Amino acid sequence: MPEIKNYTMNFGPQHPSAHGVLRLVLELDGEVIVRADPHIGLLHRGTEKLAEHKTFLQALPYMDRLDYVSMLCNEHAYVQAIEKLAGIEVPLRAQYIRVMFDEITRILNHLMWLGAHGLDIGAMTVFLYCFREREDLMDAYEAVSGARMHAAYYRPGGVYRDLPETMPQYEASKIHNAAAVKRMNENRQGSLLDFLEDFTRRFPTYVDEYETLLTDNRIWKQRTVGIGVLTPERALALGITGPMLRGSGVEWDLRKKQPYAAYDKVDFDIPVGVNGDSYDRYLVRVEEMRQSNRIIKQCISWLRQNPGPVITTNHKFAPPGRESMKQNMEELIHHFKLFTEGMHVPEGEAYSVVEHPKGEFGIYLVSDGANKPYRLKIRAPGFANLSSLDEMVRGHMIADVVTIIGTQDIVFGEIDR
Amino acid sequence: MTTEKKSLREELGSLLGGHLVSVQERLGEMTVVVRATEMLSVLTLMRDAEELRFAQMVDLCGMDYSEYGDGAWEGRRFAVVYHLLSVVHNRRLRVRIFAEEDDFPVLASVADIWPGANWFEREAFDLFGLIFTGHPDLRRILTDYGFVGNPFRKDFPLSGHVEMRYDPEQQRVVYQPVTVEPREVTPRILREQTYGCN
Repeated sequence: MPEIKNYTMNFGPQHPSAHGVLRLVLELDGEVIVRADPHIGLLHRGTEKLAEHKTFLQALPYMDRLDYVSMLCNEHAYVQAIEKLAGIEVPLRAQYIRVMFDEITRILNHLMWLGAHGLDIGAMTVFLYCFREREDLMDAYEAVSGARMHAAYYRPGGVYRDLPETMPQYEASKIHNAAAVKRMNENRQGSLLDFLEDFTRRFPTYVDEYETLLTDNRIWKQRTVGIGVLTPERALALGITGPMLRGSGVEWDLRKKQPYAAYDKVDFDIPVGVNGDSYDRYLVRVEEMRQSNRIIKQCISWLRQNPGPVITTNHKFAPPGRESMKQNMEELIHHFKLFTEGMHVPEGEAYSVVEHPKGEFGIYLVSDGANKPYRLKIRAPGFANLSSLDEMVRGHMIADVVTIIGTQDIVFGEIDR
Repeated sequence: MTTEKKSLREELGSLLGGHLVSVQERLGEMTVVVRATEMLSVLTLMRDAEELRFAQMVDLCGMDYSEYGDGAWEGRRFAVVYHLLSVVHNRRLRVRIFAEEDDFPVLASVADIWPGANWFEREAFDLFGLIFTGHPDLRRILTDYGFVGNPFRKDFPLSGHVEMRYDPEQQRVVYQPVTVEPREVTPRILREQTYGCN
């Protein structure tokens, strides 16, 4: 028999568990990975360069398209960078709305992750369950911004508009008759806050359902326990952040340690793992969903009691109201300047950071005082997480590569930018 | 928070006093400028010194200052900006290092100090053409295989130089010079700082 040497195998970019467009060149010894070389950039759109050629407001919707499963968290970092440089005060109500939608986004992201991760390693039902709940949250997105995914809802200085008093209703069609539609519309009779409150009451039961399917499932444990172990020291050195870092036992969450928006006014816990393997990261993310639900509840009760403005009155950065614009010359000039020339952000540099569902999402904004950013650097958590893939998969089997790609929760919109 | 920041400034001063070209604090963020020749020793100290303990390099960002302030920039063209994070002390630090030469910008690689810098340096190499000596595997990362140029430099046009299309005669994908006209919807406007203040 001839001696078999290492051989290389191409994985992706069209592979269902490559989570988009990851191309992996694997060097194998039998079925054991010797080296993994991820080739990224297949979704590179040059967002940072494009933003240099757009006004500050025009660049905002690009943020949605970075990590396209956690849209509003990306926007949050971006508007926060502008607010920091320009010194804009954000109304408290807008901060609570942002916190609420950041947490809705976190649940959206973790549900997407759980469904896809489950599907990758052989659990079909979880995927269907997760997408059922995502639908409700996307309806909340739609009610507030008009778009199910790419919301473009945050603005420098606040949010685009206040929460709606009514929810969109289903209409009878060939598929759903009037009786079915009436049942589907039952929890949509009140405001958006009523709808979300109903969701937060139901959601813990749903998380229990996922856990019943997975947490003590023998196959799930065989596929995840001891796979892709990261020590805390190594995780820090590799630049890993977010649930991946917490899964390794480092208690580091920017919402607690460097609070922004209204996170210092809400109560929640940070889950941490012990072993730093894929199973611990799964437990951390599931618990994060429960904590997010808790934060949303607190935001709902605060928002009910405290009406108020949701965007700053500094009209150099936020447009004046429609009525005042039509009656007041100065407001008309503000409106005109803001939408033709755009806002001028004072000269300087700022690094603004949020605890994104995937880790630390940072925007490093350099402005020279013009109406466009001089340089906008996006620090994508997935980029640093994926760069550790080679180290994490070494010595594992091919099937474990799929687990590790799944546990890293990578989305190519942000990695390739 | 302010007392903590003050002590960061003091600790930087006492540990690295002579090695820092400038120390600036704005918007609650500390920025230091370090000479390229001393960068490895200074950054290693920042990671290891008990008072600093910047165990994580969060971000590495290439910069091209050539058109800053519409030509008002006087200084080196290329720089790398590191964002460091100390989990132990809960502090951030921004370190800016300018490349000595504008035509052939070279800096030392920090991949040995923070292994997570590997891909970030590849990105800066790809997009800005910055060379990192001592990097284990300096290849392009985000642009296409066989891409020519450094797209994030300010002299690289937004629409690029080449475009790709399928050629039915040759029955393959070919590159050709771009046919799109560059257009600017909103021009870039830089006004004097006191504009509209009177």
